[in-house]
Amino acid sequence: MDLYEYQAKDLFRAHGVPTQTGEVVRDPDAARAAAERIGGAVVVKAQVKTGGRGKAGGVKLAGTPEEAADKAQAILGLDIKGHVVHQVLVTGAADIAEEYYVSFLLDRANRTYLAMASKEGGMEIEQLAVERPEALARIPVDAITGCDRAKAEQITAAAGFDAAVRDQIVDVLQRLWDVFVKEDATLVEVNPLVKTPDGDVLALDGKVTLDANAAFRHPDHADLVDVAATDPLEARAAEKGLNYVKLSGSVGIIGNGAGLVMSTLDVVAYAGEDYGGQKPANFLDIGGGASAQVMADGLEIILGDPEVKAVLVNVFGGITACDAVANGIVQALELLASGGAPVTKPLVVRLDGNNAAVGRKILQDAGNPQVELVDTMDDAARRVAELAQGA
Amino acid sequence: MAIFLTENSRVVVQGMTGSEGTKHTERMLATGTRIVGGTNPKKAGTTVSIGGADLPVFGTVAEAMTETGADVSVVFVPPAGTKAAVVEAVDAGMPLVVVITEGVPVHDTAWFFEYSQQRGHTRIIGPNCPGLISPGKSNAGIIPGTITQAGRIGLVSKSGTLTYQMMYELRDLGFSTCIGIGGDPVIGTTHIDALAAFQADPDTDAVVMIGEIGGDAEERAAAYIAEHVTKPVVGYVAGFTAPEGKTMGHAGAIVSGSSGTAQAKQEALEAVGVRVGRTPSETARLMRELVTG
Repeated sequence: MDLYEYQAKDLFRAHGVPTQTGEVVRDPDAARAAAERIGGAVVVKAQVKTGGRGKAGGVKLAGTPEEAADKAQAILGLDIKGHVVHQVLVTGAADIAEEYYVSFLLDRANRTYLAMASKEGGMEIEQLAVERPEALARIPVDAITGCDRAKAEQITAAAGFDAAVRDQIVDVLQRLWDVFVKEDATLVEVNPLVKTPDGDVLALDGKVTLDANAAFRHPDHADLVDVAATDPLEARAAEKGLNYVKLSGSVGIIGNGAGLVMSTLDVVAYAGEDYGGQKPANFLDIGGGASAQVMADGLEIILGDPEVKAVLVNVFGGITACDAVANGIVQALELLASGGAPVTKPLVVRLDGNNAAVGRKILQDAGNPQVELVDTMDDAARRVAELAQGA
Repeated sequence: MAIFLTENSRVVVQGMTGSEGTKHTERMLATGTRIVGGTNPKKAGTTVSIGGADLPVFGTVAEAMTETGADVSVVFVPPAGTKAAVVEAVDAGMPLVVVITEGVPVHDTAWFFEYSQQRGHTRIIGPNCPGLISPGKSNAGIIPGTITQAGRIGLVSKSGTLTYQMMYELRDLGFSTCIGIGGDPVIGTTHIDALAAFQADPDTDAVVMIGEIGGDAEERAAAYIAEHVTKPVVGYVAGFTAPEGKTMGHAGAIVSGSSGTAQAKQEALEAVGVRVGRTPSETARLMRELVTG
């Protein structure tokens, strides 16, 4: 889960990383009031989970509370790379003498962590990495030793920070490491980390990505989810414990196993090229069990998407054999019908693996007119694309 | 021969007395795995009957190894306890630890992987994986044992169900070993580790490699193949239609900016002569053409 800047800074403060206080507001009047409380010049910053806010006009300086309200008015509602601004952070304007960059991230390839640091912060780091790679220090950090004082000194030395700020940055790095490990983050980035004319070092921006797998030991992280910004179907799926991602297409997809479902999306998109560009409408992995209730919940979510014209159920029967999956589908259709929402869209079902023949027979015998059986994944994808185009 | 797991492997199950552990211990036994016991400190010294076998429960992995000569551990411990379970197995000197558990925090995996590297005597497979099977010999994990047979193809995959799909499509040809390495961002055994082992295995003639979006493991594997693998490799990559920035089921399956795309992985593999199927079935056909001529 990516955090908003203001949430990242809240975590920074909780771990002693120096940053400014600010207020998050959703309308110009509140921005004016926040600017009055903060006093002096303020910066109004769009809160969206993407980079390039400054260039897009999402970050503005305001000299007075009235101006803060005007800037908030201009920024709220902006579309920045597909992210609409619903809230802005009003924070004190800091004078900047120098801008730096520091981050900790997961290094998947080397199965360890990486610290990155540069004296040339402020610009997009991908750009810096390409244009001036020698200006970006990259230091591996071992998962067991972590970023202790010695490691932080190694990082600051590699980046070539001036002696005047080195001790402060060594301290900041150790505190950011605390954020990284204690909050179970996979990315902690400060760009820019600034030196003020008084010589203080401050995190002026913040980017944090949290590991969803670690949610069980961070009950407080649940509050960081922006419920309003979540797709309503994805939110409903999450409530039911389903692994669902909304896409924009006409073919609803249900399958078991993340890899098989990703593959199903691809195969449907290929097939769709021959049928008016039909595309998958979603990712939905119902896992190994495929019980009637899970199948019914999945169908309900998928059919709640008005763009869906036809559904492909693609299941490989492994430990849960196909006869059990077929019974699950039959019962799911009965559950939905008895709940007053019978399935009226075509359902192409492909069952393969253990007891596939028995599973197909169960579905045939049930005789639901919406269900059509196709034996292979490739043929099933073509058929469902054809049905979606015709609907 | 086979890789990592043979008919002589002696398997201990960490978390055997839990519901998942019991269920899959029974299935592993049914496919011929030599299960020598399980661990649970609270039930140490007792015996449990699973699938007609009376299996001893040990307090620790070290004890299980001393008493039974176990050389493989399969971990069914829930996420909150996975790190401790793997560390215990590494401390005991277990040669192979197969971590089935899904949902392990990545900091825990990075920690226990680093720990295993420093100790230097344990191979970890997973986490968030189905394990591995050497058909007709042994099965360590949750791969269905009845969907394929022994043969001379090797299979390595990030995805469980795509592993099963491929095992089933090529069931007439059969497999030496099939390994699900897992879909997490940090995993103990990579495509490259499996490719190296298959290359060295005299009973493997060709390899199917299945990848998916996220990270650059497939690109690295392609570079490795170019340098070190002379056996034919056929590839498949899932996730061409995945949108940027969305996690697709597996914690590691995410396209970040322009990195980790299926397109880049396919291109890297094809650039080194690996034939990449557009669908799982086409991939199976490519392998069939290769081995049957």
